[in-house]
Amino acid sequence: MTDSLTRPNLDQIRTWLDDVPDPEVPVVSVTDLGIVRDVRWDDDELVVAITPTYSGCPATSVIALDIEMALRAKGLNNLRIERRLSPPWTTDWITQEGRQRLQAYGIAPPAEEKADKPSPFDRFLRKPLTIACPRCGSENTARISEFGSTPCKAQYQCRACLEPFDYFKCI
Amino acid sequence: MAGQDALFEYLLRLGDNALILGHRLSEWCGHSPALEEDLALSNVALDLIGQTQLWLNLAGEVEGKGRNADKLAYLRDARDFRNVLLVEQPNGDFAVTMARQFYFDAWHYLLLRELTGSTDSRIAEIAAKALKEVTYHLERSQEWVLRLGDGTEESHRRMQEAIDDLWVYTGELFDADAVDAAIIRDGLGPDPASLRDLWLGLVRATAEEATLSLPQPGWAQKGGKQGLHSEHLGYILADLQFLQRAYPNATW
Repeated sequence: MTDSLTRPNLDQIRTWLDDVPDPEVPVVSVTDLGIVRDVRWDDDELVVAITPTYSGCPATSVIALDIEMALRAKGLNNLRIERRLSPPWTTDWITQEGRQRLQAYGIAPPAEEKADKPSPFDRFLRKPLTIACPRCGSENTARISEFGSTPCKAQYQCRACLEPFDYFKCI
Repeated sequence: MAGQDALFEYLLRLGDNALILGHRLSEWCGHSPALEEDLALSNVALDLIGQTQLWLNLAGEVEGKGRNADKLAYLRDARDFRNVLLVEQPNGDFAVTMARQFYFDAWHYLLLRELTGSTDSRIAEIAAKALKEVTYHLERSQEWVLRLGDGTEESHRRMQEAIDDLWVYTGELFDADAVDAAIIRDGLGPDPASLRDLWLGLVRATAEEATLSLPQPGWAQKGGKQGLHSEHLGYILADLQFLQRAYPNATW
């Protein structure tokens, strides 16, 4: 049992969560990706609210388990992981540090700052995205598939250095 | 029809559309024309299966008989499935798969956009989540209709055939019955007929740009929403449900 005098404060807990890597893109943490939506005490129980990136993302249950194990390792045994759907996850929640880590890892971060885009009914308003190659920085790149190794990514290739790379899609 | 019964039926329709189309797309895994398309089709399937879980879990909650998404997916017979006929049609060639996807995505997008304003916040939340994924699906299937329609002689011929052959299943998307009437009455979802003009506008503009001709609206094949399916659904379920039927309650 954790009483309110000895229990760690929420800022401390958040820094522990900063060390929990995403299972599919381990270079970024679950907090970098903006998956952790809330950390709070409900009496003696710690509640961590997480949101899925994509509704079918198989990593979501692994993330819940990883968070639970990381916090148990810090001595927090009375905890509950809450799944939250609303508001839906957006790549706008990826932190600046997260974007830089993705880039350094070879994954181009989401291009647009805001995920708001013209609807598919305004096809002619949509502009092709300029995605810079994470390896050489060239903007002469081409999309080769709308999807990559996970639902959150698309496949691109750099026409300058020829490197194929993943692009973290903007949603 | 009483509100709760209609809501349960309506949620089954939403969940079953996603489940059956997701299963159809997953049949391409390992068989696609190119590795990139294998990844893409499997990922679209994954999105749809994720949405299935959200809709069918909510359906089970509304029904209140202890059934969850797994039980509803694995332990109902064909007559109890509520998906539209379009999504159970065989994959055919890649053109058929993408034409089916485009017809469905354009409608799915419009429907979900309306459902984000549902009076039931649970429905609105799932719709908002799914809409982001489906927007991307629609962009992709539209691109393929354009690319194949306005492509080589061979790809044009195949896409035109696919557009023609699947047309008869699109009328059902806009057909309202007693379930829809109760849903409209309670502000839970839109009148299916109200989506038709926007859908037709997008499909027409896309077909035109793709140098394809669209069939005239006419007689429509329907019945899926009420559980009257084509012969294809039974075969899908034989595959989809095999494990739970052969080894009841198996988990791993």
